[in-house]
Amino acid sequence: MMFDVVVEVRLRAGIADPQGATIERALPALGFDGVTGVSVGKSIRFSLQAADESAAHAVVTDLCHRFLTNPVIEDSEISLHPAEVAAH
Amino acid sequence: MATKVAVIRFPGTNCEFDVVEVVQQLGAQAQIVFHDEPSLGSADAVVIAGGFAHGDYLRPGAIARFSPVMEAVASFAQSGGPVVGICNGFQVLTEANLLPGALQKNAGLKFRCGFTELRVENSNSVLTSEAQVGDILSIPINHFEGNYTCSSETLAELQGEDRVLFRYVTNPNGSVDDIAGICNQSRNVVGLMPHPERACHDLLGSRDGIVLMSSLLRAAGLNAGLPN
Repeated sequence: MMFDVVVEVRLRAGIADPQGATIERALPALGFDGVTGVSVGKSIRFSLQAADESAAHAVVTDLCHRFLTNPVIEDSEISLHPAEVAAH
Repeated sequence: MATKVAVIRFPGTNCEFDVVEVVQQLGAQAQIVFHDEPSLGSADAVVIAGGFAHGDYLRPGAIARFSPVMEAVASFAQSGGPVVGICNGFQVLTEANLLPGALQKNAGLKFRCGFTELRVENSNSVLTSEAQVGDILSIPINHFEGNYTCSSETLAELQGEDRVLFRYVTNPNGSVDDIAGICNQSRNVVGLMPHPERACHDLLGSRDGIVLMSSLLRAAGLNAGLPN
């Protein structure tokens, strides 16, 4: 099966996020009040061929741990869905 | 035969010639080794030079870690050979798990470029053996992601085992405990953000890097079984 995968990489709780802090500080000057808790991460999208959903999840978890994140400073959240087959 | 230093070059490395220049100035041989080489040849020491290995894509050092040469660097380190990672090289060593912790974006998102004062905290390592504890060295930094961080357990280990080799006199980037450079438990793998190779000539504004680069060559000589 083919899966569409999105990995969201974000800084772990307690790790300083200077990008988030800078954006948050800039918002009032643009007239956006009341925005708090800004954090900046990255999202990585790809397609994956795997036998089933749990096999796909296992591969992506391993990929996140060994390459897509640095576990010292980053966490990840995985979402994956069976790829939509193009309509004929 | 002269002592030989392998200087690792990834696509995007840009400080390799500065390292080669200093190694030669101090009387040793230097050889640039490209990242796709599976072997270091007959090197007595390894320097992972600064720059932007693989464009720093994903994270600094994240892709470099998987370059073929890194397996050779890891086994060289494992066998006790001296390995020094400077700036981006330090980032590569942490990503490769040859040193603990990680380097994140500087506090305040400031790119820092200029001379910093470093205090030598320990002289028991391949990069500090000829320096004295308490020496203040004027060495340039040039980085955006030099903010050293690690778990509190790792920090306690680094402190308890005297593995913090350098601290900034004035912290430029938010590094925990003012850390500028550390070593592994065997003290043969060293990583630091400042660039000692850029402080080895009067024309560059400082010669304070020489004591560090000489220490490395001494360790390389010992590794090669040569008299100092």
